[in-house]
Amino acid sequence: MTSRRLKRRFAETAEDPTLQVSLTVNGELIERTASVRMLLSDFLRHELGLTGTHVGCEHGICGCCTVLIDGKAARSCLTLVAQADGTEVTTIEALAAEDGKLHPIQQAFKESHALQCGYCTPGMIMNIFGRFNEPEPLDLSDQGIRTMLSGNLCRCTGYVNIVAAVRRAAQLLGRV
Amino acid sequence: MSTRQFGARIERNIDPKLLRGEGVFVDDIPLPQPLHAAFVRSPFARARIRSINIAAAERHPGVAAVYTCDNIGDLDVEMPLLIPHSSMKHPHTQRPLARGDVYYVGQCVAMVVAVNRYVAEDAAALIEVDYDPLDVEIDIEKAVEGGAPLVHADAPNNIAAHFVQVSGNPDEAFAKAEHVVKIRVQVERSTAAPMECRAVAARWDEVSQELTVWDGTQAPISLRGGLASILKLDEDKVRVIAPDVGGGFGQKIMMFHPDELLVPMAAMELGRPVKYIEDRRENFIGASQERTQIHYIELAAKKSGEVIGLKDSFLHDTGAFIPYGIAVAQVASTSIAGPYRIPNIWVEFKAVYTPTVQVTPYRGCGRPQACFAIERAMDQLAEKLGIDRFEIRRRNLIGEKEFPYPREGLLFADGLKVTLDSGQYHKALEMILAELGAANFAAAQQQVRAEGKYLGLGLAFYVEGTGLGPYEGGHVRIHPITGKVYVNTGLSCQGQGHDTVFAQIVADQLGVKPQDVIVVEGDTKAFDWGVATFASRAAVVSGNAIHKTATIVREKTIEAAANMLEADAADIDLHDGAAWVKGSNRFVPLAAVATASNPLRYAFNKAAQAATQFAPASRHDGPPLEEGKAPGLEASDYYSPPCATWAYGVHGALVEVDPELCTVKVNKYVCIHDCGNMINPMIVEGQVHGGVAQGLGGALYERLEFEPSGNLANANFVDFLMPYATEIPDIKVMHLETPSPLNPLGVKGVGEAGCIAVGAVVASAVEDALKPLGAGRFHQVPLTPSMIQAALDRAGR
Ligand code: FES
Ligand code: FES
Repeated sequence: MTSRRLKRRFAETAEDPTLQVSLTVNGELIERTASVRMLLSDFLRHELGLTGTHVGCEHGICGCCTVLIDGKAARSCLTLVAQADGTEVTTIEALAAEDGKLHPIQQAFKESHALQCGYCTPGMIMNIFGRFNEPEPLDLSDQGIRTMLSGNLCRCTGYVNIVAAVRRAAQLLGRV
Repeated sequence: MSTRQFGARIERNIDPKLLRGEGVFVDDIPLPQPLHAAFVRSPFARARIRSINIAAAERHPGVAAVYTCDNIGDLDVEMPLLIPHSSMKHPHTQRPLARGDVYYVGQCVAMVVAVNRYVAEDAAALIEVDYDPLDVEIDIEKAVEGGAPLVHADAPNNIAAHFVQVSGNPDEAFAKAEHVVKIRVQVERSTAAPMECRAVAARWDEVSQELTVWDGTQAPISLRGGLASILKLDEDKVRVIAPDVGGGFGQKIMMFHPDELLVPMAAMELGRPVKYIEDRRENFIGASQERTQIHYIELAAKKSGEVIGLKDSFLHDTGAFIPYGIAVAQVASTSIAGPYRIPNIWVEFKAVYTPTVQVTPYRGCGRPQACFAIERAMDQLAEKLGIDRFEIRRRNLIGEKEFPYPREGLLFADGLKVTLDSGQYHKALEMILAELGAANFAAAQQQVRAEGKYLGLGLAFYVEGTGLGPYEGGHVRIHPITGKVYVNTGLSCQGQGHDTVFAQIVADQLGVKPQDVIVVEGDTKAFDWGVATFASRAAVVSGNAIHKTATIVREKTIEAAANMLEADAADIDLHDGAAWVKGSNRFVPLAAVATASNPLRYAFNKAAQAATQFAPASRHDGPPLEEGKAPGLEASDYYSPPCATWAYGVHGALVEVDPELCTVKVNKYVCIHDCGNMINPMIVEGQVHGGVAQGLGGALYERLEFEPSGNLANANFVDFLMPYATEIPDIKVMHLETPSPLNPLGVKGVGEAGCIAVGAVVASAVEDALKPLGAGRFHQVPLTPSMIQAALDRAGR
């Protein structure tokens, strides 16, 4: 390639209609202009740089993109940022302590070798975290845990150690 | 003394970062003002392109460039044939962007680069391609018949390769046989479906004239070589980084997928970073797949059940292109006799072109198909001779004393003779028999049958040639300031825990904590000798290379420390991050040893003072760095395996089949496996669990459904049934450790082991369960409810 080429100029932005959104993300109030069709997953990842939320299918099946919206586990790939206006969103980045100390669910995953590539892991953990935050008692039978996990695909672990991690997390959090 | 790290269940170094959401995958790399690529893909399996109109797309606001085969310059060529082989008479590889013809649904025809992916997709939808659809044949058995539409005009009967291998004298064996069984088995098309789809990003630095490519690849070094040669750049001006990668399972060993060339090209041409993040549908229709094979396998046996000969003829679907050569079929053909003596083998395959996306290795790489064929045939032989399924295997397994066990005439995927190196096959069989409670199972089966329950027991053995060459390297350096150890190798990691197992190997040699060993791989600027992560080879090939290297650094460290401590080298021991005079409390930290081994001019910290030219300990009777010596505590070394090491195992399951719903429930799943010495049993178990789950997917659920037109009907996770936690049972893993005699660490690979036997186990178990209903045999996976229903219907139930 030649270095004598003229520098090219491109449009910097799309001509998509935009709107103002204001939402709380991990405790911080965010006010931005965003494209009306922007997915919440893209907004979190690329507008806010919170790339811990992953995207594995963009059609609501794999659960990689799970975040909490107003405390409930939700698919950020099936949510437009416009729909999240006025909500409170929690992502994986909010779980560990400031100093990096792992949240007990994260700790349980580490001890149990419940992750390999780590791509499904944030979504998996946010789903479990959401469930643990509900007041109803946890069903920690094998079947109960598997049902809890049944919205998240993992291609690496065969789930065996994730089931163990949920049990361990319940122990660490005094939920057994 | 520190305790030995090799063999310990150590938590992984990489986990905290991944758990906090701080992993960095390709799409997470912060790039300044990146542009985004989207593709126009063929909706036809086979068609001629009459015209492509890109005018509207080019005018679309936010679009930077639109590419077709006409404006990609030197890239408008067939991509490399990676593994040539004489059996391929008409090898074809695809072009980055189609020229003239398209060969599968999903083939890239045009690429749009725009300010974001949304706009790029809008513009892609504005591109008009005028196609003349052509006739297709998707069924491989029909595709090889005369008169079937051809995928490539120069490949008669759609045969891409034809290969025969012979070991011993199979004709004589069949002439002498007292019993012959012959079956047809089929394994269906599937896909690796890593949770992170494929992804590539590239940046061209105008000042340094350097290209940096982030690619979720299993083969960064090989990719760099390919990019440099195709883009006509100096190899040193191309840096390929595989950052965190969300699973690969073989799909990401294949290079090039078109985007891997086109994205770097666009970044260079446009002078802006460009990225392409494959979406799930694209992963289904555009990324490599594997598995379809149809085997006709025959066993020649004596009355005693001893198998004296095997003939297998199989068709292997290679898709529309064959860039990875015959690797998958060759691995299948050379694994066909499994763990059994069977001294006489004839195995033939035809690789068949179909108008579908290319077939390249997916975890297992032909082994699941071969295992399904031989294991189903062994079950059938047992039934024919009225011998128990365990017993027939016992009579044929290679004995412990018979190793090494060569199969003359069979060449493995590394071009070397198949030689099974070691194992305790009989012991594995006894273990699974006990763990499944096989002795009492028939009674249990009988008992519940009265309640209308149908229980079945299945088992299958597998062998796996692992740890293929050509070689890998290791580089180890003790850092002078922190005393931490930096390790490099030429692989990339997709979740297998390299950073921890390699750290364990090094920790033992240098007496440091595994947490203080920092493994950096997947970056060609960090280390660029080596090949790739594939064929369950990381622990074997890189593991041994790193071990050898760490041994050298250990010697250097001891020698330098002996000098500093004025002791005999033989009296120095390394532990707790320091060099000690044995039996004393005199020690020097490794950081200080490393610093002292590097003659310095400037005293930038306390330790450095000791290494400066005027320090008492420095050399004053000659050059500060002795002739022939290198500074620091550092070394590189390489390991090249003499041939594959053969891991093996036996899996068993207890299932319940519901004859009303035609569903299969796995009540118990057991794996006995042997991958030689285990570096980290926790990680080994994780690999096996994941493999079994993938295997269960392939055994019961996962099947790519190509319509007769060649369209993939289930290119999404709604219709392609990948198991959730609710579909996978608890998996019990039991270890045997027979050290491989072939390498210093005595290790064998384990990455693919888990998935190989599962299809055969499930089919064996379902068949067993439904035997009282006369349902017959199950010789195809995935074994779906409709297949069970059809079998029961045939039996008049
Ligand atoms: S990415 Fe949202 S569910 Fe898969
Ligand atoms: S750890 Fe890789 S997908 Fe779950």
